[in-house]
Amino acid sequence: MTIFSSLSMLAATAAPKPMSPILSGPPEALLVLALPILGVILCTLCAIMRVRTRMPAFLTVGCLAAAFAITVGLYLKSGPAPVITSGFEWINLSWGDSAGENSPFHQFIANFSLYLDALTVLWMLFVTGLATLIALYASEYMSGDVGTGYCRFFAAFNLFVFSMSCLVMGDNMLMLFLGWEGVGLCSYLLIGYFYKKPSAVEAAKKAFILNRIGDLGLLMGICLTYVHFGSIEYRDIFAQAQPYIDAAKAGRYSEIPAIVQLIPVLLAVGAFGKSAQLPLYVWLPDAMEGPTPVSALIHAATMVTAGVYLVARMYPLFLLSEIALPLVGWVGALTALFAATIGMAQFDIKRIMAYSTVSQLGYMFAGLGVLTSTGAAFHVVTHAFFKALLFLSCGAIMHGFAGQLDLRKLSGLRRMKGWGIVSLGMLVGCLNLAGFPFTSGFFSKDMLIGEAFVTPGTAPIGWILLLTAGLTAYYTFRVFFRVIVGPVHYEPGDELHSAHEEHAHGDSHNEHAHGDSHNEHAHVEDDHQHHDHGHGGHFHPHAPGWAINTVLLTLSVLSLAASGLYFVPTGVHGGAVPAMVDRSSAAYQSPFAHHAIPEGAGDGGHEGPDHAAETVPSYVPTSIAMEDPHAVEHPHENAGTFLGWDPHAVLFYVSGAVGFIGIFVAYVLHYAGRTTAATARADALLPMLGPIPRWAQHKWYVDEFYNLVVRVPLLALAHTFHLIDKLLVDGLVRMFGAIPRWLGTLIRPTQSGELHGYAAGMATGIAVLLFIVFMLTLR
Amino acid sequence: MNTVWTLAQAGYPAALPEATLAHYLFVSAAMFVIGLIGFLTRRNLIIMFLCTELMFQAAGIALVSFSRFHMNMTGQSFVIFIVTVAAAEAAMALALVVLLFRKRESLDAEEWTELKG
Repeated sequence: MTIFSSLSMLAATAAPKPMSPILSGPPEALLVLALPILGVILCTLCAIMRVRTRMPAFLTVGCLAAAFAITVGLYLKSGPAPVITSGFEWINLSWGDSAGENSPFHQFIANFSLYLDALTVLWMLFVTGLATLIALYASEYMSGDVGTGYCRFFAAFNLFVFSMSCLVMGDNMLMLFLGWEGVGLCSYLLIGYFYKKPSAVEAAKKAFILNRIGDLGLLMGICLTYVHFGSIEYRDIFAQAQPYIDAAKAGRYSEIPAIVQLIPVLLAVGAFGKSAQLPLYVWLPDAMEGPTPVSALIHAATMVTAGVYLVARMYPLFLLSEIALPLVGWVGALTALFAATIGMAQFDIKRIMAYSTVSQLGYMFAGLGVLTSTGAAFHVVTHAFFKALLFLSCGAIMHGFAGQLDLRKLSGLRRMKGWGIVSLGMLVGCLNLAGFPFTSGFFSKDMLIGEAFVTPGTAPIGWILLLTAGLTAYYTFRVFFRVIVGPVHYEPGDELHSAHEEHAHGDSHNEHAHGDSHNEHAHVEDDHQHHDHGHGGHFHPHAPGWAINTVLLTLSVLSLAASGLYFVPTGVHGGAVPAMVDRSSAAYQSPFAHHAIPEGAGDGGHEGPDHAAETVPSYVPTSIAMEDPHAVEHPHENAGTFLGWDPHAVLFYVSGAVGFIGIFVAYVLHYAGRTTAATARADALLPMLGPIPRWAQHKWYVDEFYNLVVRVPLLALAHTFHLIDKLLVDGLVRMFGAIPRWLGTLIRPTQSGELHGYAAGMATGIAVLLFIVFMLTLR
Repeated sequence: MNTVWTLAQAGYPAALPEATLAHYLFVSAAMFVIGLIGFLTRRNLIIMFLCTELMFQAAGIALVSFSRFHMNMTGQSFVIFIVTVAAAEAAMALALVVLLFRKRESLDAEEWTELKG
């Protein structure tokens, strides 16, 4: 309720003039969808022709780079109004009755058209851009599978980009759903890429099935949207929701039908499933069974942000419900904290990154919940870069050390030859994730935490996020201090000899890594421990080649450069990305009114009478900020504060300090005085916490709990049905079979098998027949 | 029966008288019974096979005689089929007998009772 009281300050907003979309959008936007499909076709052709080179990878990179170039063109062209590019007619049903054929409720239209606004373009920029880079990375990373799964991998990769583009660019909710299911399918295909590995198959199924729960919510939300608004096209929905938005701004929620208030809640359930929020997050850490480029692209940077996109896209509807945004905010904040506590106790560095992804997605949802869709989108963008960087760095390590990911078995990577760029990438990624001052992660995270304190009633979310920021800094630098710096030590993973596994490149890969390996061996010869592993022979880690290094370097630079976005003078708090979001339907204000500056909305005199006592216009709408950049720095005196200070002024220092504390703790516990890879000072302190670290390491037993609550009863039910089937159904069938068999035993002895017996039988039979014929004819 | 030729028109000799038919049928019946008794009493596979041939030809004689009695060619054409089939069957049956003999070194039909129920 408190969040929404802040909505009421816009009560006096003059009826905003809806900015109607421009219907003749740039046709080349369709190419962004067509190019990945072309990639799918080319990769399939490669598979059919049994191409045994890295051709599919370079075709993919080409297609995706072209798509990225077109997206950049779209960005340069984009104006303030949404633009619709018509593709083709997809579904067009109408059924007439007394109300007339053209009544919205007597037709159902879902065209294959694109809705391009700043939000769409923002998402497409990093989706296509990162997909290009990661495809380049994967060209080397997957090279062990050339000739086996290589084409399949890149076909699914392209299909993913197509699905994601559908999701983001579609002009109606059915296209969003198409893309939503498409990315789910591709995620399933790519998690289960190593389909001979039972754990990968399990993880793929888990991801797919858990996503079904969220998808049901989304589907019901879409159905209700149609039932109420008579259309699923965004422009119609937003236009028809306008009266409700006005009502919500005035705090008159009672005027909004319950069904409309239910829609965003259902959509939020869909978003929680896809973006791995509580309680549906458990699939994401397991999804790390897929190849690392997939983890980086799908399960860190793009697909999992689809939920954030959904909420941002439908933000006008979310403003209509009293519970939807608080739900989103609290689920996000709790997920952020919960996942961070698990991430602190894991030893598998890829798992740590997975939990940190869950945690950072929680930040984004919390941001949406505290009315800073701009901050959330900013965090999506910065997170996409630095998390992809972190995953790809982990992937390079995994690639080089035969699947080794245990931070107790790797150390001192920085001092090994050929690992400099990986170490740099890890450092940059960790600094960003930890929110080190003046990195891009610092600015975006700070914006979310700051707005949580600014928006009235959401300070608890802010405190949770602040605490989580400290935990994040700790577990991030725990990885850095354990793996990258410290004494040199390594043990290979268990994928050393399995020819068909991910990293067992064996001979095929050595064409560009062999030379390095030998140097490496000489370098670490003095480390006696690495011969102790049970694989026999010498293990040479192979340092990443040019493709991986290029991508890591590019992403490092981009992650650092992304902080420059914050300083772009756009007049909107937060720089370039928030300015883009502010031009879209995700803006906190009504989607089409961002240029309609409410007169004096900032002076507190216009809120609804019933809220006058409890709140004042504490949250300064971004549209006002555009008009008056100083408004942000001088919010009303009764705005939400951080311990009495203005959050915008002090949170830079506070969150920076929290990050430093986290890093310092990690330094003391995991670096200072550490002489071996396996142990650190933290081990001595852990017993003081009792069983808590063990619980956290076991992920708070959530999987076990789900097993108990969902799987065990379902299995019991299945066994019951199996028993019924066995006894009742099979029993009947067996009974009908048993009767003839019993009859058969009676006459079976007459089959003696002796030829003369049969002959005598036949002769007797003929005689009897003849006798009967005679008796009948002689009468 | 309009379509059936009148054989007399084609210059055929007259139909068999009924008394002559009875003689033919007696020969046929005698051959059949000899074959049947032989089949039931003998154990040698080749003899049993010859007995079946005897019964076959008995049926053939009956058909031919009835055909001539009724002045209808159908019966005779059937006999041609019977002879053809009997030739093929003889080849196969003798081959089988050879194979069976190789297995057991015996021609006794009692040796083979695998197919009992």
